[in-house]
Amino acid sequence: MAVAAKRKLKSRPDEPTEAEVSAEKLIDLYRRMLLIRRFEEKAGQMYGMGLIGGFCHLYIGEEAVVTGAMAAVELGDTVITAYRDHGHMLACGMDPKGVMAELTGRRTGYSKGKGGSMHMFSREKNFFGGHGIVGACVPLGTGLGFAHRYRGNSRVSLTFLGDGAMNQGQVYESFNMAALWKLPVVYIIENNRYGMGTSVSRSSASPNLYGRGEPFGIPGEQIDGMNVLAVMAAVQEAVEHARSGKGPFILEMLTYRYRGHSMSDPAKYRSKDEVSRMRQEHDPIDQVRKRLVDGGFADENRLKAIDNEVKAQITEAADFAQQSLEPDPSELWTDVYGEVEA
Amino acid sequence: MVDVLMPALSPTMTEGKIAKWHKKVGDAVKAGDVLAEIETDKATMEFEAVDEGTLAEILAPEGSEHVAVNAPIARIAGEGEDAKLTVQPQRKAVAAETSTPTQSLPPRGGPSAGAVGGRGAAVETPAPAAAKVPSPPVAPTPRLERETEWSGPTTTMTVREALRDAMAEEMRRDDAVFLIGEEVAEYQGAYKVSQGLLEEFGARRVIDTPISEHGFAGLGVGAAMAGLRPIVEFMTWNFAMQATDHLINSAAKTRYMSGGQMSCPIVFRGPNGAASRVAAQHSQDYTSWYAHVPGLKVIAPYSAADHKGLLKAAIRDPNPVIFLENEILYGASFPVPNDPDWIVPIGRARVVRVGEHLTITAYSRMVEVAERAADMLASDGVSAEVIDLRTLRPLDVETVVESVKKTNRLVSIEEGWAFAGVGAEIASRIMEEAFDWLDAPPARVAGKDVPMPYAANLEHMTLPQAEDVVAAAKAVGYR
Repeated sequence: MAVAAKRKLKSRPDEPTEAEVSAEKLIDLYRRMLLIRRFEEKAGQMYGMGLIGGFCHLYIGEEAVVTGAMAAVELGDTVITAYRDHGHMLACGMDPKGVMAELTGRRTGYSKGKGGSMHMFSREKNFFGGHGIVGACVPLGTGLGFAHRYRGNSRVSLTFLGDGAMNQGQVYESFNMAALWKLPVVYIIENNRYGMGTSVSRSSASPNLYGRGEPFGIPGEQIDGMNVLAVMAAVQEAVEHARSGKGPFILEMLTYRYRGHSMSDPAKYRSKDEVSRMRQEHDPIDQVRKRLVDGGFADENRLKAIDNEVKAQITEAADFAQQSLEPDPSELWTDVYGEVEA
Repeated sequence: MVDVLMPALSPTMTEGKIAKWHKKVGDAVKAGDVLAEIETDKATMEFEAVDEGTLAEILAPEGSEHVAVNAPIARIAGEGEDAKLTVQPQRKAVAAETSTPTQSLPPRGGPSAGAVGGRGAAVETPAPAAAKVPSPPVAPTPRLERETEWSGPTTTMTVREALRDAMAEEMRRDDAVFLIGEEVAEYQGAYKVSQGLLEEFGARRVIDTPISEHGFAGLGVGAAMAGLRPIVEFMTWNFAMQATDHLINSAAKTRYMSGGQMSCPIVFRGPNGAASRVAAQHSQDYTSWYAHVPGLKVIAPYSAADHKGLLKAAIRDPNPVIFLENEILYGASFPVPNDPDWIVPIGRARVVRVGEHLTITAYSRMVEVAERAADMLASDGVSAEVIDLRTLRPLDVETVVESVKKTNRLVSIEEGWAFAGVGAEIASRIMEEAFDWLDAPPARVAGKDVPMPYAANLEHMTLPQAEDVVAAAKAVGYR
């Protein structure tokens, strides 16, 4: 039995299976990642200007994970994540204007300005948040999977979590129930190597996070999360597994955040060399850009045009987010309770 | 040309020092390049460019101190712009004391930062500090109609059976309703509340969980967010402390945090408070804990009819409901209306005994104590009005106020600790709304301020007894 379970675990960041995509799809993935990158840079700048308050966790460097994952799912599959969530919202197709306006706390934001960076949702896009407590989105995402199974609708729950959440007890309670009841949940661990300032090796007795489902019989794989096509292929396989009734799947995406944990993190716990090496050698967007150019799929002019389109989209979002009004004071008291339906 | 402004790099930073420039005038800059290192109140941080072009001008040279947040520190010329390249010679060019006119945004953490209408916001109100906090709506939750007094046929049944019937009826009515918890299915309920449900509804809808309160409470909340209507049974509420994060952070706050987009129709239920001789870790009344939280509804009924009618209302409610039962009451029998559509509205107290000399409020098993005390007082010529609160959030203050305006005296009973408890809240509301009608300070009868002891005599002393209520009644009556 142990041998059979072992065979289900794979670590293959260096020998990726990549999704086969058309040139247009690759260009589309490039555009989606760039949108997240530019959005986050703008959010960082607006935070610096005092237009965004509180906590603000940027996804810069990790764009390939959610972009590749969302390229592998179907309409109706649900997504839930923790608080480094702006990229997930954009990848789910939420409007950058509404996301940015929520960051600035305006009435046109996705949560009418009441949620902020960590608490946004879209029923329309099947995005279930945006959760500020480390690990909490894991049982919630397992519950989404439970609901899919209960309804018999063949949908899958993509449940994102960070490496830091992997030492939370509720994660293993969830793994146990998901495996026990064969729930259609794909757990995607975004291992950016640091839970705030503590590296995985300093926090985890067993650093192979993808193997943490093994005692429950959950297959796990470790993937190069900086390679969007490797992410896409792995998520396709995992989603297919979950959709076909075989139960949950764990994917550990090795990725990296270029910025600090939140805006006020000086990142003393890692060397500048480490950061610049990741940026120069593994940047997910540069990798795709190089592929596009080297393969002759897109020339510099086309890429420049995409850059400009994305930039215009972000400028529009930033303007919208600054020009929108703050919530009406009467909104203070709304949305605490829902009305009982007749 | 684009001004590069001094960034706020923490929620509290108002000014900083330019520790080092990584780019010099004339350098090409692209988004993501480190422009400078900035020393904040907490640390030295790298500051990256967002705009692209050529660094045309450095306004705050290396070493500039006390540079105010949002003061321009450099300028970047875009493509095709004619950049005049300069470095400002003087070191204190943009020091905070000489803040520039372009600095239109108030500093982070400044006096208006936390007020309604924050920094740089396009607010309608002229001055943020002048913005008035609106009063809460008169009734924060819609007033429900008073229940119709039932005059039809009834069946006498236990609280245990009433709860089971409520769940069964609602599960027949709506396929989205299911029961999940420890021992709810094959064992038929640790306290036999779910007897027969597995047989009728099957394993899809009556689900035994592992002993994982944190996990299955969160799973239930996730399922509710997806539109199902879970009934999550905690074997007792003592164990729900492991799951409290999901009850409050995930369930209660989600509707508000999502601007009304998300709904979490879920019922958490199970026995609450002291049972008998199970000591401190298994004997606690959590009512005031949950009643503290906006977004939750909190119910703690006494009679079987109320258990049934209120549980049905809770299951149909679109909000997370905390439903607090009591193990000792499970076996108590009461008449229950014979009607599957009979519902008790949430948020309504019930006057269970009309009186004129004082008002006694209670909930759950303490209603029994109140009635016993009222009997003892009656034999002494004192007529007590007894109110079964039934719902603690939203609290039916109106019914208590009406009663106190008549009796002018109040005694509240609760099994839990007095500190910041239900009685404290009621006393406060009565002083706010019926101060002039009071003839004596309200009195609280509550569990003693100790962890529940095991020894029978000490346990008895810890819990409110009818004699304690009589003594409190005499005190407020100056007898």
